[in-house]
Amino acid sequence: MAEPQAEFAIRVRDLVVGFGRQTVLDHLSLDVRRGEILGLVGASGGGKSVLMRTIIGLIPRRSGTIEVMGQSIGGMHDRSTASTWGILFQQGALFSSLTVRQNVQFPLRENLTLSQELMDEIAIAKLEMVGLRAEDADKYPSELSGGMTKRVALARALALDPPILFLDEPTSGLDPIAAGDFDALIRTLQKTLGLTVFMVTHDLASLTTVCDRVAALADGKIVAVGPIRELLKSEHPWVRAYFHGKRSQMLQTQMR
Amino acid sequence: MNSEPLLLATPSGDKLELRPEGPWIAANVATLEMLSRSVGVNVSQSTAVTLDMSGISALDTLGAWVLEKLSRQAASSGRPAVITGVAEHFSGLLEEVRQVNRHTPALTAAPNPVLLRLNDLGKATIGAREDVAIFLQMLGSLFMALIGVVRRPRSLRLTSLVYQLYRIGFQAIPIVALITFLIGAIIAQQGFFHFRRFGAESYTVDMVGILVLRELGVLIVAIMVAGRSGSAYTAELGSMKMREEIDALSTMGLGPVDVLILPRVAALVIALPILAFIGSIAALYGGGLVAQFYGDMGPAIYIARLHEAVSVTHFKVGILKAPFMALVIGIVACSEGLRVKGSAESLGRQTTTSVVKSIFLVIVLDGLFAIFFASIGM
Repeated sequence: MAEPQAEFAIRVRDLVVGFGRQTVLDHLSLDVRRGEILGLVGASGGGKSVLMRTIIGLIPRRSGTIEVMGQSIGGMHDRSTASTWGILFQQGALFSSLTVRQNVQFPLRENLTLSQELMDEIAIAKLEMVGLRAEDADKYPSELSGGMTKRVALARALALDPPILFLDEPTSGLDPIAAGDFDALIRTLQKTLGLTVFMVTHDLASLTTVCDRVAALADGKIVAVGPIRELLKSEHPWVRAYFHGKRSQMLQTQMR
Repeated sequence: MNSEPLLLATPSGDKLELRPEGPWIAANVATLEMLSRSVGVNVSQSTAVTLDMSGISALDTLGAWVLEKLSRQAASSGRPAVITGVAEHFSGLLEEVRQVNRHTPALTAAPNPVLLRLNDLGKATIGAREDVAIFLQMLGSLFMALIGVVRRPRSLRLTSLVYQLYRIGFQAIPIVALITFLIGAIIAQQGFFHFRRFGAESYTVDMVGILVLRELGVLIVAIMVAGRSGSAYTAELGSMKMREEIDALSTMGLGPVDVLILPRVAALVIALPILAFIGSIAALYGGGLVAQFYGDMGPAIYIARLHEAVSVTHFKVGILKAPFMALVIGIVACSEGLRVKGSAESLGRQTTTSVVKSIFLVIVLDGLFAIFFASIGM
């Protein structure tokens, strides 16, 4: 592309988000570099999903700026952003009245003009890229297992080949093998499609294996950001508690 | 995007060199499809096809797939395309796309339409039998739960029962009273208008009294309750089923019938006669107002006529039907709620089925009662 490539895919500056009297995000700033996988960790209910939803415009912000691919994001329902990002919601959020094939085709049908034949081929291509078979295309979401739902949701998120992919707890509810497969899949797709991935996760294994950088959210701010090795050395009390708790100790021994 | 995608085709003898240029991305899909179709004939006629990818400025899955299709088209006529000049950062994507759509699932043959109809008919017949079975099963388990409550009165969910009574009984009073009031007024107006022609205006009161007390009061109220509370029951139980709350109850050793369904159905059975009574009175009041302002018949005469025309039997006939109608509405609403499957669509379908089925059954039941009361001379 001839246009200059911005270094950052997402730039968040001084973001304030709150509900009623409660302030969830308090002057938060975060940069996501182009082509990296950024993992976001934080306490449950600490505003990780709020940050993601604010960036994609589902929650209004009180102040601050958000730039995505060098363009400032305005209010909600900015249609031009639909092909900028794909979103994998925690529960998949597949449309339950449509088949798997129709779910994947939905963004294509709404945003582009193309023949049914090509649309079918693209849908199957996407499904095969996320590791599903063409036979699964005519199933309904209620007939899918948890792992398959996530894969279909990923295929739908990738339908328009967006440069940015948001993942909200992609491996929650999957067994370690399926979660590992899913991590590998995200890594492969990120390499082949050149994606920028913003991943909200609690899965320590995902953080160490696929994330290029990890950002820690505590008290409404990003308290630490960097490769996982740097975060493990961080002195911030919450980050220490997160990475040096009992559950993380096994991981620690592996990392050394 | 700085430019439109292009596809330069250079035929030299039997050979064909294709040179895609510009951004081959999803946003330009209409152009891409047109381009690939325009060279389609040339590709299948040439003996050797070369694809020179060096001119591509941007590529995504969709563009890569269109190119892959061209190369497969060449391969299918026996001469695989030679691909050159692939930029390094596109090679992974092209390689990935090469793997997909290789295998087409076996097509299931379209079934015979006549057989399909017969199949549907058979399924509907068996489904109807199943409906009856489910209805009877629910009636039976409600009865068992009731026996349990009679044996151990403290096992009755009193809080739940009172809450349901408040919700479907007390909160329904304004709307039930308003609608039956209007129905009563309309019947009275029609009576005065048509009976006036042969001077039988005073019989309007007989008509309003008998019609409202015997049939309309309870029927209208039952239909409203089926729409208002039956649908709410189905949706509530359905979403509880979807969120596995009912499974959670069962694992704690509590049956959904005892905890959820008995209080709801009992509340309906208690509330519907009361609502039917209130509705009948509101309808008679509506009729009385019309009599005064439209039929020139004062309240004293209206009440006197009503006294002559209506006996306690008429009231009994009406109000006796109410608990049975409530039972039917409750059973249908709750069993449809428990039949909800995982999807949001199924919840909507089951709620519709619940309302339609319970209104239908209420009317059928009303007909059966009419025959019954006629034969015992009430």
